[in-house]
Amino acid sequence: MSSAAPPSENFKLSMLLSDTRYRGMSLQVITFIIFMAVFFWLVDNTIKNLALLDKDVSFNFLWLRAGYDINQRLIPYTADSTHGMAAIVGILNTLLVAFVGCIIATVLGLFVGILRLSKNWIVAKLMAAYIEGFRNVPILLWIVMVFALLTEFTPAPKAFKGAEPEATMLFFESVAITNRGTYFPAPIFGEGSSFIFICFLLSIFVAIYFIRYAGQKKRDTGKSLPTVWISTAIIVLPTFILFFILGKPISLEYPYLKGFNFKEGLHLRNSFIALTLALAFYTSAFIAEIVRAGIMAVSKGQTEAAASLGLRPNRIMNLIILPQALRIIVPPLISNYLNLTKNSSLAIAVGYMDVRGTLGGITLNQTGRELESMLLLMGFYLCVSLLISSFINYFNRSFQIVVR
Amino acid sequence: MTKIAFVRKHAIPPAAPPITEVGAVGWLKQNLFSSWLNSILTILSLYFIVIMLWDFIPWAYGGHWNTKSLRECLDLDPDVACFSVLAARWKQLLFGLYPAEEYWRPTLTFIFLLLAIVPILFPKFFKFFWFSVIYPGLAIWLLWGGSFWSVSIVYIGLALGTLLFLVLIRSYIHNYVIAALLSFGFTALFFFIASDPIVKTLDTILPFSLPFVESLKMGGFTLSLIVGITGIVASFPIGILLALGRQSNLPVIKMICVGFIEFIRGVPLITLLFVASVLLNYFLPPGTNFDIVLRVVIMVTLFSAAYMAEVIRGGLAGLPLGQHEASASLGLTYWQSQRLIIMPQALKISIPGIVNTFIGLFKDTTLVSIISLRDPIGLASTIRADQKWNGIYWELYVAIGLMFFIFCYGMSQYSQYLERKLKTDK
Repeated sequence: MSSAAPPSENFKLSMLLSDTRYRGMSLQVITFIIFMAVFFWLVDNTIKNLALLDKDVSFNFLWLRAGYDINQRLIPYTADSTHGMAAIVGILNTLLVAFVGCIIATVLGLFVGILRLSKNWIVAKLMAAYIEGFRNVPILLWIVMVFALLTEFTPAPKAFKGAEPEATMLFFESVAITNRGTYFPAPIFGEGSSFIFICFLLSIFVAIYFIRYAGQKKRDTGKSLPTVWISTAIIVLPTFILFFILGKPISLEYPYLKGFNFKEGLHLRNSFIALTLALAFYTSAFIAEIVRAGIMAVSKGQTEAAASLGLRPNRIMNLIILPQALRIIVPPLISNYLNLTKNSSLAIAVGYMDVRGTLGGITLNQTGRELESMLLLMGFYLCVSLLISSFINYFNRSFQIVVR
Repeated sequence: MTKIAFVRKHAIPPAAPPITEVGAVGWLKQNLFSSWLNSILTILSLYFIVIMLWDFIPWAYGGHWNTKSLRECLDLDPDVACFSVLAARWKQLLFGLYPAEEYWRPTLTFIFLLLAIVPILFPKFFKFFWFSVIYPGLAIWLLWGGSFWSVSIVYIGLALGTLLFLVLIRSYIHNYVIAALLSFGFTALFFFIASDPIVKTLDTILPFSLPFVESLKMGGFTLSLIVGITGIVASFPIGILLALGRQSNLPVIKMICVGFIEFIRGVPLITLLFVASVLLNYFLPPGTNFDIVLRVVIMVTLFSAAYMAEVIRGGLAGLPLGQHEASASLGLTYWQSQRLIIMPQALKISIPGIVNTFIGLFKDTTLVSIISLRDPIGLASTIRADQKWNGIYWELYVAIGLMFFIFCYGMSQYSQYLERKLKTDK
C-alpha cells in the first residue's frame, strides 16, 4: 500500500483563492476591506455634507428649552423644560403604551388562542375570524380605525349635560366615555397610604414564600395545600384590614362635568386608548396563534399518558401540557412584545406623543438635528430590543429540555 | 326433553342511529351543545354575530353609490353607507396621482404580474419562467416610462456578463471566483462606458418610449404593490445570504451579518423609513438625490431581509447536523451542498415563517404614508381633505382593509397549500 505523497508546500498566489486552507481567510480580508471602505465612504460623505450645511454633530440641544407642550405625560413637564426632558417624557409614554398593550394583548391572546382550539364549532370559527381579520389588515389601518371609532361614535362632553342627557356615565356614574377621551375615577392617596403599599408588597413576598413552601411540602410528603386560596387570602386580607384600620386613606376622585368638559378624575386621551387597544388587538391575534401552536405542539401521547395515570382533565392541562407548551410559547411571545413596542412608534398617526413624536418629531424639526435625534431614537429602540432578546436567550438557556 | 333453542335465521337489520347522534341534529349536539358550558358559549357567539351583522348588513347593503358628496348621502339616509366616495375616487385609491390617460400602464403591469408569478407559484408552468425574469424590467419601463432601450440595456449588460462567465468557466479559467470577478468587472465597464452611447444610438434609430411619470405621482395600491412586491422579491435572496453568513464559521462575515440583522430588527421600520426620507442624503455624496420610492423600496427590502434571515436561520437550525456532514462526506462543495441538500430542506421547514414575513412586509408598506407618500391610507386622508367627502371614514377604511385582507389572506392560504404539497414525511 502506497500512500500518496503529501502535496508540495510551494505557496502560490492562486492558492489564496483555490486552497480551502487560505480561502476562508482571504475571503474575510476582502470582505473586511470592502466593508471598511463602504463605512469610511459613508462617514466621509456625512462629514462633507455636514460641512456644506454648516452643521456640526453635538448633543447640546438636549439641554435647550423645548418650547412645546406635551398633552399626555407621566412626569412633570412644561414648555420650559429641556428637549432632553421631552425625550424622556416620550420614552415613558412609549413604555406606557407598550406595557399596557402587552398586558391586554396577552390576556386576549391566551383567551382567543384557547377558544380557537375549542371543540365548539361556532366558537372556533369565530376566533379564527378574529385572528385572520386582525392579522391580515395593516396595524396602521387598525390604529386609525379605532381612533375614528372613538372620536366619531362617542358623545361630546356636553351631551352629558342637563336633566335628561343624551349620554350617561357608566359604572355608577364613574366612567365617562367622550370624544375627547375617557374619564376614570382617579385614586387619591391620603396620609398613611404608603403603609398600605408597604403592607401589600410584604404580603406578596409572603405569598411567594408560601407557594414555595407548599411546593416543597408537596414534593416531600405528596400532600398538596389549597395554594390558590391561601395565597390570595395572604395578599388581599392584610391590605384590606389595614385599609380600614387606617381609616380609608385611599379614596377615589370621580370625574364631574363642569362647563363643557369633564374635570378631575383620570383623563385618558383617545389617542392613547386607540393606540393601545389597536396594538393590543393586533398583537393578540399573533399571540393567539402562538398559544395554539404551543398547545398543539405537545404530543397527544402526553395527554394520553397523563390520562392513563389517572389525572383529571384540568390537572392534565396544568401539570402536563401547559409546562411543556410554555417552553414553546414564551420566546415568540416575548418577541411579539418587542414587535408591539416597535409598532407603538406609529403613535404619530393619532397624535400620541411617544418618543418618536417628541425626540424624533418635534425636537428634530425644531432643532434641525436630524442625525443626532435619529441616532438617539434608534439607540433607545435598540436598547429595548437587546434587553428583551437577551431575556429570551436567558429563558431559552434555563428552560431547555435537558437531554441525557 | 324438549329442546328449546332459538336460532336466528336472518340478521337483524341495523337500527337507525338515534336521531340525536346523526345528521344535522347530531352535528349540532356534538359540536355546539356538548356540555352546558359549550351551549352557553354557542349562544353567546350567536348573539355576538347577530349583533354585528344586524347593524352591518343594512348599512352595507343599502349603501349609496351614486351621490355627489357626503352631504347628499346624509340627506338621503344617514344610517347607511356612502359608497359613492369609492365610486368617485376608486381610481385614486388604485393609482394615486398617476396621469389618468396612462392608467392602462399600471393595469397592464398588474396583469403581467399575475402572469409572471404563475411559473413561480405552480411548478407545472415552470417553462414560462423566462417571462418572470423579463418582468421586473418590463414593469419598471411600463410604470415609470421613458425609453425602452434604457431599461433593456440593463438586461443586455447582465446577459453579456453571464455569457462571459459561462464561456470563461467552460474554456479558459476553471476558478469560479476569478471568472466571476472578471465577468463582473466586464459588466461594470459595460454599464459605465458602453451603455449610454448604445442607448442613444438605439433611441435615434428606433425611438420607442413611453411618457415619463415621476415617482411622486405613484400612489394607492399601485404604490403598495410596487414597494411590497419589489421588497418581497429582493429580500428573499438577501435573507438567504444573511442567514448563511450568520451560520458561517468565518468570524468577520458572521459579525457583519449578526450586526446588520440585530440592528435592523432592533429598530422600528418607521425610523428606517425616516432615515430614508431625511437622513439618507447625509450618507451619500453631496448633491446626490435619488428617487424617494427607490429609497423606500431599499429600506423595506433591507428591513424584511433581516427578518427573512432569522426565519431561514431557524430552518437551518432545524436541520440535523448529519445532513451537513453527509453532504460533506459525499464530496460536495459548500455551495453545492447548500444548493442541493441544505437549502431545499431548510426552506421547506421555514415556509410558514417566510410567508409571514412577506405578509408583514406587504402590510408594512402602509407605513410610507407617514413619510407622506400616497399609499391607500395616506390617500384616505387626502380624500377626506376634500370638502365633498369631509368626515367620511368607514367606507374608505373598509374598502382599504378588504383589499389588504384579500392579498394577505391569499398569501397565507397559498403557504398552507405549499406546506401540504411539500410534506414528504408522515
